[in-house]
Order: sequence, then C-alpha cells, then structure tokens
Amino acid sequence: MNADPTPTPLAPATAADDVLLRVENVVKHFPVQSGALLRRNAEVVHAVDGVSLEVRRGETLGLVGETGCGKSTLARCITRLYDLTSGTVVFDGQDISRLSARRMRPFRREIQMIFQDPYGSLNPRRRVGSIIGDPFAIHRTATGQERKRRVQEVMELVGLNPEHFNRFPAEFSGGQRQRIGVARALAFRPKLIVCDEPVSALDVSIQAQIINLLADLQAELGLTYIFIAHDLSVVRHVSNNVAVMYLGRITEIAPVEQLWQHPRHPYTDALLSAVPIPDPDKSSRRERIILAGDVPSPISPPSGCRFHPRCPKAAPTCVETVPELEPRLGDEGNHLAACHFPVEDGEDLSKSRPTISAEDRVIESGLLGSA
Amino acid sequence: MAFNIQESADAVAGAVPAPGADTAVAARKIEGRSPWRLGMERLLHDRASMISLGTIGVILLVAILAPVFAALTGHGPNQQFYAPVGLTAQGQPLGPSAHFLLGTDTLGRDILVRIAYGTRISLIVGVFAAMISVAIGAIVGLAAGYFGGLTDTVLARFMDWLLAIPFLLLAISLVTVIGPGLVVLLIVVGGLGWATVGRIIRGQVLSIREKEYVEAARSLGAGPWRIMFIDILPNVIAPIIVYTSLLIPVSIVAEASLSFLGVGIPPPTPDWGAMIADSQSVFEYGAWWYLVFPSAALLITTLAFNIFGDGVRDAFDPRGGQLFV
Repeated sequence: MNADPTPTPLAPATAADDVLLRVENVVKHFPVQSGALLRRNAEVVHAVDGVSLEVRRGETLGLVGETGCGKSTLARCITRLYDLTSGTVVFDGQDISRLSARRMRPFRREIQMIFQDPYGSLNPRRRVGSIIGDPFAIHRTATGQERKRRVQEVMELVGLNPEHFNRFPAEFSGGQRQRIGVARALAFRPKLIVCDEPVSALDVSIQAQIINLLADLQAELGLTYIFIAHDLSVVRHVSNNVAVMYLGRITEIAPVEQLWQHPRHPYTDALLSAVPIPDPDKSSRRERIILAGDVPSPISPPSGCRFHPRCPKAAPTCVETVPELEPRLGDEGNHLAACHFPVEDGEDLSKSRPTISAEDRVIESGLLGSA
Repeated sequence: MAFNIQESADAVAGAVPAPGADTAVAARKIEGRSPWRLGMERLLHDRASMISLGTIGVILLVAILAPVFAALTGHGPNQQFYAPVGLTAQGQPLGPSAHFLLGTDTLGRDILVRIAYGTRISLIVGVFAAMISVAIGAIVGLAAGYFGGLTDTVLARFMDWLLAIPFLLLAISLVTVIGPGLVVLLIVVGGLGWATVGRIIRGQVLSIREKEYVEAARSLGAGPWRIMFIDILPNVIAPIIVYTSLLIPVSIVAEASLSFLGVGIPPPTPDWGAMIADSQSVFEYGAWWYLVFPSAALLITTLAFNIFGDGVRDAFDPRGGQLFV
C-alpha cells in the first residue's frame, strides 16, 4: 500500500463542507420511439427531471426510491455514461456535463462506479487480473509486471487473494465478485465512487461484508460515495445525507438521522413506515402507511407534485403547482423537502384523506407498501 | 511374503510419478474449467465429430500429398494419355483399371490424380473463403451492433440486401466482370457469404452491449474500439468458431458450383466442380466413374466438414440455434 508510487490522494485538509460534486437541474429524457432514419420522438421517458444536489468531500450521500424512480439514471448521468438532456454536473470545481469523450478521460479516473450485479458487471471471458488491470491498460499508466503488481495490491486492499488474479470471474462467489468490482473501481484511487445498488444482489450476510469493506476503504482512502439502494436500513447505516427520489425528482434530502426522525414529505414517511422492525410488538403497534396504486408512468408524469395521485394529504394545490425543494416547518438549511403540506412531527398519515377529487387519484385495489 | 509387499509398494510408487503425493492432491482439487476447455472436452467426447475430424485429416493429407499420387501413378495431373492407353479407340474415357485406379476423363487424364489435386482448390477456397466471411461478418456485426443508430441501419440493410440476392447470380456476374481465378473465387465466395454471420454476431453484440461490464468499461474511459475488440469480441468467439467450421462446407460447395457452371477455376487446373460438369458429356455413354468419383470426393468432404461443424456448434454454443435452416 505504502509502496504505491502515486500516494493515496487522501482528502486534503480542506473544510468539511468542501463540495466535491454539485448536480444542478439535471434532466435526462429518453425518447421512446425513434426510427433510425426518420427520427420521430413522439414520447419521452422523464427518467430524471430536474435534480439538484451536492455531495461534500469524504461523505456518503444515500439515494433511495422505488424501482424506476431514476436513481440509476441519475448515477449514470453523474458518471457521464449518459449524456444529459440538460443541467450541469460540476465535479471538483469543473463542469463535466458537456465534455467530449476525450476531455472526459482524465475525470474517468476520478469518478468510478460500482455496479449492482456482480455477475453482469464482470466480463465472463476475461481473467480477474485483466479486469482489475483495465483502468491501467485504458489509461496506459502501467504495463507488464508493474500492472500486475498494482493489480495485486488493489486485490489485497479489497480482501481478495492476490494469487487469484489469473482466475475467471466464474470461479468466485457473489461477494468475492463484488470485491472484484470494488477493486476495479479503486484501481486509480478515485475521489468519487458511485455505488449503484452495490449490495442489492448479494446475500444479507455478504451485504454486511461489502458495506464494511466500503466503509473501511472510505476511512482509509478518504473516498466520497454516492450510495444508491432501495434497502433503507442499509442506507441509514452508511449515509451521512439521504436524498429520496420519486419519479425523477428529489422529494426530500436531509442528514440521515434528521430524515429518519422528522420526515417531511409524505412519501418519505411512507417509505420509512415500510422498513421492517425486528421487534414484533413494536411492529404491530406501528401504523403502516399504505400507498394506493402504482408508480405512475414516467412517460406522462402527473402534474404539480408528482406524488399527488398516491398522496394521503393531496390537495388541489398539489395538482396545480410544483412544490419547491426547500426547508419546511422551520427545518435547517440542510433539510429540504418538496411538499406543500409537509408532515408534522407525530402526525399520523394513515388517518389522512386527500381533499382532491377521485379522478385525480389512482383508485386501485392493488396496494403497494413500497420500499 | 514381506518381499511381495515390498514389491507391490514399489509398483505403486512406480505408478505415481516423482512428486506422488502432490499430484494426487492436485488431481482431487476442484479446478475451474474455462468455457473453452469445457467445449473442447465436449467435442473430444463426440464420436461423430472425431470420425469426421479424422476424415478431414485424411482429406488434408490427400491435398498435401497430391504430388505423391502423381509420382506413384506416374501420371501428371494434366497429363493426357491418348488411345489406347488412356482412351478407348472411339475416344471415350477408360473405366477403372489397375493402371488408372479411378479411370480416365474425356481427355485421357488420370481421375485419381486430378481428384487429389482438386482437393487443394476445394480446401483452399473452403477454408480461406470461410475465414474471410467470418472476419468480415464479425467486424460488420460488431460495428453494427455496438454503434447502433444509423451505422446499424445501413449495415443491417446491406446485409439484408446481400441475403436477398441469389448468391449464384451475383457471383457469376462478378466473376464474369473481374475474370476467373483462384483469388477472384476467394473474394467472391468469401465476400458474399458473410451476411449470415454478420447478422448473428450483430444480434449477439446487441445483447452484450447492454451488459454492465460494457458499461463498466465505458465508465473507465475505454473507447469504442477497445470495448468492441477486448470486451465484446471474446464473448462472441464461440459463434465465430462455430460459423467458421459451418461455413467451410458451404464455401466448398459454392466454389464447386461456380466451377461446375464454368466460372470457377479455369481449365486445365483440376477442380471437382469442373470435373463433374465435364463428366456429363460422357455419362450417358456409360462413363459412370467420371461422375461418381469427383462427386463422392465432394460429398465426403462437405459431409465431414458439416458433421464436424455441427459437433463444434454443439460443443461450444449449446444454446445457439441453427445457422442454415
């Protein structure tokens, strides 16, 4: 580790509120219909629709939301795997949202990604050493023995046996494969690692190993994480701040304990009420908020607040105007919620009834607890 | 008694090579087998494939040893024997005899020697045209599948167009325009046969392109060429091997067809297709051997390659469908 010629870029002695990544108004739309010769983009999927957030150096931002809410799309916009429809991504003071592939290359070393599927994210036909050595090969920073040495170094760092660098991914278990994915992301000691549901595909016992590994590496190397998950307890464990997404927008963002204790957005409240409580007595006493209906189609998202068709507190205002993401009910400046009628502390949402007409709501018997 | 035990212990020790204990442990260790090795093992256990591989080996030997056939019989491939040695008094071919094992052709040439030499053309065209086809098909398929969009549309439509046009029609007109010859034949057979491969590779690339490891490579900053050839190509190597072996018999038949139609290898070079065509004029006068032996050579060769190709497909691409339905 210490023999590494390029010393670990530990978080420099800057202020704690030093912003590493600033995402401003990022929009990503996918055209649904497109002939290759005659481009007729009749409809678009509003995957990400105006997301702004900040990640400070050395901290972890958790990103939660239901499947299809745009978490992974946002991650791929930040890592520039997708081109943005509009908006900016400022990384380390540099706007990277419009850079060409060539100009983007140096930033590729600084921003890395860990993928969800430890089976799909490793090329089955390539040896582990070659997969982890990819960053060195692509950026032509190390060859031959030097590359092998650095690959084995990273393998040791993530708890893999360096002797195994000649094996194929198929010879490893799911957890080990995810370690390989972590090793590949770490090869260049990046500043930011975007973890796209890094543990969702793993056994619970293995999840803990990987989460602890990520935490250790963060402490050791001063990494900054964006941690996407739909498992709220995992997010609570790893994050400093948590952003809740719904249908391509952020509904609430706050420091993790603040969010857990004082959820302002009804959606956040509903999500949190779906987290299982291990104590059966407590669990049965708790009121679960059951959301009606399904997530609306991102092709034609609802007007106003996108949550209004399912919200127990929905009112005519929610249909008409988009709520701003701002501090509500006298919260501090780091706790923002996009809701016209934020949830008061101790309010029981399961007793609320919306005041808008039934046509504006999804009336369905198929109910989702959602988490 | 004690002596016997000692002896048997020696025998056991002798059976196991020097680092006995180590190899025994190593053999018991569960070893990961690469897809490549699994495929090879499946192939080696398939009797039909092995028999056809042996046949292919014999055919290859015949091609290499063609001059030996000429030397042993004392007949050159283009050497004509006039009546009464190589032809009847009426100028008809002679049937199989001790002197001409497979008989003679219309010009009194030794059919055995000509078949041996004809093997060379068939194999050269078959193997190289198949390789050209697969190389073009793989590159076009990779590009179409990976880049998508307009590139894909243009390339995919071109492949459809190529598949829609009858091969012989296009090949005959091309050869007529360029002029006959071995290289032309290679270009025509190889250059027209790649569309099937291209389509299959394109389809595979379309699905592989969406894999997370391709995304991972992109997030590391890999360019399109690196992704296509380092990340995607190894994953389509199985179909590439399979279609190479399946395209060889197709190319051999294509070459024979063109020669049969008189637009292949120009005479007097020995060629199976041309021989079969030539035999028709004398077949009705009873010269069955001139038709049967070159046809049998063609049949055995294509059959051997076909069965072997099928075996390769079953071994390396077990889920793959039929190439030529």
